Amino acid sequence: MRPILMKGHERPLTFLKYNREGDLLFSCAKDHNPTVWFADNGERLGTYRGHNGAVWCCDVSRDSMRLITGSADQSVKLWNVQTGAQLYSFNFDSPARSVDFSVGDKLAVITTDPFMGLPSTIQVKRIARDPNEQSSESVLTIKGPQGRINRAIWGPLNNTIISAGEDAVVRVWDTETGQLLKESDKETGHQKTVTSLSKSADGSHFLTGSLDKSAKLWDARTLTLIKTYVTERPVNACAISPLLDHVVIGGGQEAVHVTTTDRRAGKFEAKFFHKILQEEIGGVKGHFGPINALAFNPDGRRIK
Amino acid sequence: MMAEVVLIEDIEASATRLGIDLSSVDLDSIQLPRGEDFGIKSDDDDDLYQEDPLEFEAGFGNIIVVDNLPVVPPEKFEKLEGVIRKIYSQIGTIREGGIWMPVNPDTQKTLGYCFIEYNTPQENLQQWLTDEKARDQFVIRAGSNTEVFWNDPRQLMPELVHQRQGAAVWGGATTFNRLMRFAHPQVRLIDFSPGEKYLVTFSSHEPSNPRDTHRIVINIFDVRTGKLMRDFKGNVDEFATGGSGGVSGISWPVFRWGGGKEDKYFARMGKNVISVYETETFTLIEKKSMKVENVVDFSWSPTDPILALFVPELGGGNQPARVSLVQIPGKEELRQKNLFSVSDCKMYWQNNGEYLAVKVDRYTKTKKSTYTGFELFRIKERDIPIEVLELDNKNDKIVAFAWEPKGHRFAVIHGDGPRPDISFYSMRTTLNIGRVSKLTTLKAKQANALFWSPAGHYIVLAGLKGFNGQLEFYNVDELETMATGEHFMATDIEWDPTGRYVATAVTSVHEMENGFHIWSFSGKLLYRISRDHFYQFEWRPRPPSLLSAEKEEEIAKNLKKYSKKYEAEDQDVSMQLNEQDRRKRKMLQEQWNEWVTKWKQLHEEERQLRIELRDGVVSDEEEEYEAKEVEVEEVLDVTEEVVAFDLDQE
Repeated sequence: MRPILMKGHERPLTFLKYNREGDLLFSCAKDHNPTVWFADNGERLGTYRGHNGAVWCCDVSRDSMRLITGSADQSVKLWNVQTGAQLYSFNFDSPARSVDFSVGDKLAVITTDPFMGLPSTIQVKRIARDPNEQSSESVLTIKGPQGRINRAIWGPLNNTIISAGEDAVVRVWDTETGQLLKESDKETGHQKTVTSLSKSADGSHFLTGSLDKSAKLWDARTLTLIKTYVTERPVNACAISPLLDHVVIGGGQEAVHVTTTDRRAGKFEAKFFHKILQEEIGGVKGHFGPINALAFNPDGRRIK
Repeated sequence: MMAEVVLIEDIEASATRLGIDLSSVDLDSIQLPRGEDFGIKSDDDDDLYQEDPLEFEAGFGNIIVVDNLPVVPPEKFEKLEGVIRKIYSQIGTIREGGIWMPVNPDTQKTLGYCFIEYNTPQENLQQWLTDEKARDQFVIRAGSNTEVFWNDPRQLMPELVHQRQGAAVWGGATTFNRLMRFAHPQVRLIDFSPGEKYLVTFSSHEPSNPRDTHRIVINIFDVRTGKLMRDFKGNVDEFATGGSGGVSGISWPVFRWGGGKEDKYFARMGKNVISVYETETFTLIEKKSMKVENVVDFSWSPTDPILALFVPELGGGNQPARVSLVQIPGKEELRQKNLFSVSDCKMYWQNNGEYLAVKVDRYTKTKKSTYTGFELFRIKERDIPIEVLELDNKNDKIVAFAWEPKGHRFAVIHGDGPRPDISFYSMRTTLNIGRVSKLTTLKAKQANALFWSPAGHYIVLAGLKGFNGQLEFYNVDELETMATGEHFMATDIEWDPTGRYVATAVTSVHEMENGFHIWSFSGKLLYRISRDHFYQFEWRPRPPSLLSAEKEEEIAKNLKKYSKKYEAEDQDVSMQLNEQDRRKRKMLQEQWNEWVTKWKQLHEEERQLRIELRDGVVSDEEEEYEAKEVEVEEVLDVTEEVVAFDLDQE
C-alpha cells in the first residue's frame, strides 16, 4: 500500500481524528482551519473556517454529523460536518486545549490552559440536539492540577473523566461531583509532561505518551499501570491499534533542538510496539520533523 | 587423631606381652607422639578414611599474608607481634592464635613474613577476576549515578553490580565499600600512577592578592596506606610549562610516570630542565634536575626507565632539532637523532616499549607548507637502529597513528580529503625482518580514529565527530573487513581489556542519543543501553596476565580444545534464554488475556447502560470489529506494508 500524503495545512499539524466508520479524517493544525479528508484517497473534502488561532484538538460525533474543535483563540466550536457551517461557539477566558464527546454525544469535556493568572480547568458542557437550544453553561468545572492539562477524555459510561498534562500525573475524576477519584503513582507513573492520551476502541484501556521518552498503558476503570513502552525520544503522540496488539508512538526532538545536519538525529520515525510484549516491532520513516499527531483508522489498517 | 583411637583388647594384649600392669598405669598421663600409632591398628580406621575430606570454611579467604616485615630474633617476637596485631586488627577480628610467624630454623630469626587468620573472610579486591563466566566489568556515569555492571554478552544485557551517587575510591567484590580517604581540600584533578601505587592530586588556589598568580598544591599519596608521600607547592608559573590547556594554565598530568608498572620514577618538565624523581625516597635523582636546553616535550617508555626528549630547532636552523633517548637513573643518552627544518614532533610508544615512532612535520623548501615523515626507533635492538618512513604521498596530512598493542604493526590514517586513506605497516614481515614495510592501504574510508584491540590483530576504524559514528571492524592478520556498523553520533570507543568486546558511547556532548552499544570484536552489535546525561564509560582494567608467554601460545594453539567447554555453555545459556523468553511471552500473553476477558465482561455488563446513553442505538462499535477479526491473517499482511507509509510532512 502506498502512503498517502495529504498536503493542505500551512502550519504544523496538532491533532488527527477518524470518524467511526473510518471514511473521514479530520485534521487540526496551527493554521486556523480544521480540515476533513476522504480517508481512502486523501482528497480534501473541506475546511471549517471560523477559528482565529491554532486549533489544538477535535472530536467527531458517532453519527459523523457534528464536529467539535478547541482552539487557542479561546473558543470551542461546534460544526456541521456536512456543510461546514459553524453551529455554536463556547467562549472561554483562556485557550482551549482538548475536546472529547461523551458516549451518546450529549456531553463534551473541554480543557482550558492556564492563562493570564487563570488556572487550567476541565469543563463539561451539555451538547443540545438542536443547536438553537445550545447553552454555554458548564455542567461541571474542575480546577486543581498545576500546569496545562493536555488531554481529558471520558471514562467508561461517562462516569469518569481521565486527564493528564504538564504535571505528569494521570488523574481520574468523578463526573457527577468533580471529585478526584484516583491519581497515578509518582514513582511508577510518568516523570515528565504527558503530551498525549488515547483510548482503546472499547474504552477499556488507554495509552499516554510523555516527554520522559515513554508511553504507558493504563486500565481506564482502575487506573492500574499495565504496560510501559520505552523509546529513545520524547513522545508527542501515541495511538492504540483497534485491530492488532500494537501501539504506535511518534515524537522526536523538540523543534527548537532540531539540527539541520541529519534527520536521523531527531528520531522522527513513528515506532510500532507490541502492546503485550512491550517490544519494538517496527518503525515508519519519512518524516523531517517531529511527529505531533497520530491516529489509527478504525478498521485498524491505516495510521496517520 | 586416629592414633588415639585404640582397641582396649589390643592394649591389654600389648601390656601383657610387655609385662606392664595396666591398672598401675595412669592412662591419661601417656602422650603418644603425633602421627605415630606404634603399629597399633584401629578398627574404625576405615570409617575415618572413608569420611569426606574436611571442608575448610571459605578456603583461605580469611587468611592474609603480610610480607616485608623486619627479620627479628626471638626476643623481639612479642614486640613485633604486638605491632602487627595493632595494625591488622583494624581490618577485622584476628582469630585467637591467628598470627603465625615462620622462623628460620638455622638462625632462629623470623623470615620476614607472617600469616594472619581472621574470624571472617577478608574481602578480595580482585574477586571479579574469578568470575566463572569470565565476564568483565564496566563502570558508567550517567546523571548523578555511578553504576558498575557485568558485561554479559550471553544474556545480551548488562547485569547491575553496584550503584552509587557521588564519588570516592571504592573497591571490593560486590559491596564496593570505601577503601581509603585522601585528604586534599579543593582537589581539582587526580591521576593514578600506572601501577596504581600512587595517587597524584592537584588543587589550585585563588591568590589573596589579585596581582599574584594562582598558587597550586600537588600531593602524591600512597594508594594503599593513604600516606602523603610528597607535596609540591608553588605558583602556577613554575608548573605551567609544556603544552597548554588543562586547568588554570597547567598541563595535566604535571607528573608523568615511567619505569613500567613498578612506578619507580616520575618526571616533570620545567624550563630547560626535566626533573626526574624516584619513589624510593621521593627526591630528585642525583639530587638535581636534568638540564636540557629548550626541551618542549618528553615521554616515558611504557615499560622501561627510558625517557624520550624532543628539543626543537634553535638559532634559526643553525642548531638542528633533536630527539634523544635517555636512560634513567644513569641519565646516559642511549640514542640521538638530529632533524632539520622541523615544525613539530610527536612521539608514539608501542605499549611493550619495543618501538618508538616519532612523527616529524617538516617545512618544505619554501617554508610555506609542511610534510610528514616518521622516524622509527627499535628500542630493544642493539644500538637502537633508526629508520625513516615516508608515506607514499608525503604531503598527506596525518589524521591518526596507532601501534598494535603487543605487536609490531601500526596503522596510519592519512589524507586531506573528506575520505582519508588508512595504511598498515609492519616492523617485521617475513620477507623483510628488520625493515618496515607496508601491508596495505585502504582507500577513501570514513574514519578519523584508530582503536586497536588490546590483544592486537583487530582494529576498529572509526569515524567519530564529523563522520557520525561510522565503524569498521578490520582484521589486520587477514587484511579484510569483518563487519561495518554505525553508532550514530558516537563520541567514544573503548575495547574491553581482553579484546573480546568493544563499547561505543555517545556521551553528553550531544544532547540526543546518549548511551552506549556493546559489540563483539568482530563487529556484531550485542546490545544497546540508553541513558540520559551519559558522561563516561570505562571498562574495569585487568592486571597483567600471570600466564607465561609459552603458556599463552599453547592455549592459542589448542584453542579448539579449550573453547569446546565454553561453546557448550554458550549453547546451554542460549537455550535457557529462549525457554525463558518463551515462557515470559506466554505469561505476558496470559496476563493480557485475563485483562481482556475482564474488560469484555465489564463491557458486556455495561452494554444496556450504554445503549441508554445512546438513546437506544444498539450497535457497539467494537462488535463490528469483532466480526472482522476472522480476517486477521490477511489483515496482518496489509498492515506490514504500512511500513512504507509516508506521513504528511510538516
